[in-house]
Amino acid sequence: MIVLAIESSCDETSASVAKDGREILSNVVFSQIDLHETFGGVVPEVASREHVKRITVIIEKALEEADVSVEDIDLVAVTQGPGLIGALLVGINAAKAFAFAHGIPIVGVHHIAGHIYANQIQHELRFPLIALVVSGGHTELIRMQGHYQFEVLGHTHDDAIGEAYDKIARVLGLGYPGGPVIDKLAKEGQPSYDMPNIRTEDPYGFSYSGLKSHVINLIHRERQRGRSVQTVDMAASFQKAAIEHLIEKSRRAVDNTDAGMFLVAGGVAANSLLRERVAQTFTDISYAIPDFEYCTDNAAMMAVAAYYQYTHARQSDSMSLNGYSRLEL
Amino acid sequence: MTLLYKTTIELHSLSDTAHLADRLAERISPGSVVGLEGDLGAGKTTFTQYLAQAMGITAPVTSPTFTIMRIYDEVNPPLYHIDAYRLESVDADYELEEYIHGEGVCVIEWYTNIEVFLPEELLMITFVWTGEESRLCTIEGSGRYEALAREIAT
Repeated sequence: MIVLAIESSCDETSASVAKDGREILSNVVFSQIDLHETFGGVVPEVASREHVKRITVIIEKALEEADVSVEDIDLVAVTQGPGLIGALLVGINAAKAFAFAHGIPIVGVHHIAGHIYANQIQHELRFPLIALVVSGGHTELIRMQGHYQFEVLGHTHDDAIGEAYDKIARVLGLGYPGGPVIDKLAKEGQPSYDMPNIRTEDPYGFSYSGLKSHVINLIHRERQRGRSVQTVDMAASFQKAAIEHLIEKSRRAVDNTDAGMFLVAGGVAANSLLRERVAQTFTDISYAIPDFEYCTDNAAMMAVAAYYQYTHARQSDSMSLNGYSRLEL
Repeated sequence: MTLLYKTTIELHSLSDTAHLADRLAERISPGSVVGLEGDLGAGKTTFTQYLAQAMGITAPVTSPTFTIMRIYDEVNPPLYHIDAYRLESVDADYELEEYIHGEGVCVIEWYTNIEVFLPEELLMITFVWTGEESRLCTIEGSGRYEALAREIAT
């Protein structure tokens, strides 16, 4: 079964062709990171009309790179949420137009399902499993009993972890995106600054707002007192606190739910301390983290998720398929 | 000349912040636009969480920084929670205008980043960190928000 998937939920415009939920025939992603770096800051060239400009070319390129023709496509899949509504609708309308014009069924796929299924590209999923989804917009723990059976155990109550990284990087004058640069500097420093214990009411919930405020206020206070902030130590201190919060909740989820596999997904899965701590913490069960190209937003993961949604959940949606800024898994 | 009301009050605790949100929720109407300012960690999202709660929204309200906007339409009027943090010096509008000028209650964090897209009259609330839970809060209302600003400030 060949799936054409389209993803445009936020800053990336992407299309992919995948076979049987496993073999990625193409994965074309247009991102703005290079552009951001050129301008030395955030230039999210991602207004809906920017997606509009690119989407047709990207779909054509995905088909061309996969070396398939329109007749070969069995299913059109598109991210329907959560995400920025205007951006989502561009992908949805392009997918609908393609599906309608060629008489192919269409299915709307949840963005988080895509992140989780990015792991299936390289590792066979084994159930029950616990997935930790961490990115600029998400911090969630999900339990899966079988293919396409999701149970959200917990999520952030305020900021996502990637967002906290970006905002602290900005206060430290480190540019955008904040994750890779803080990760790099943290390796050169010591976690010598005091960080608060992060407390949440629910056992699998996350909170990054308090840690973010603590670090920002600490930086301001040090500067006010005329003391220079040791950037590498601040990065190391923040990173340790941020990652340990993930590890603590993840380990608890695995222990309390007899999971045999642990997955990490989303852009923050590229973080070196997170990878190191996952390897140290989950020695008794198998774990998987996708390659970087499948950690950040991409349509290949949506194509894989769509295959399992089609074979294990629902086979198609109607042309009234819509986009949602918030959407339950 | 349009009416303008501006005052600064002290919020001593999170419960003071919650009460301010309650007073706003009682008086808010469809089409209201509320701009929030303050440094990172000043409490803009926290205030919005209290406001959402007071409006009867039970879904978790989290930071919309990454996705720019989250829509909470299980209540009437709906809440459009916008965060313009990432839109600094960007002239693309993310097609937010239909929401900003729509029938819902629009709360915009970092509103000064997208002032050109905003109506001339709006309610503006600025938070300044003074302690763990305490904030200096400036409330400013112009035009049809003048009376509203006065009422929620006292």
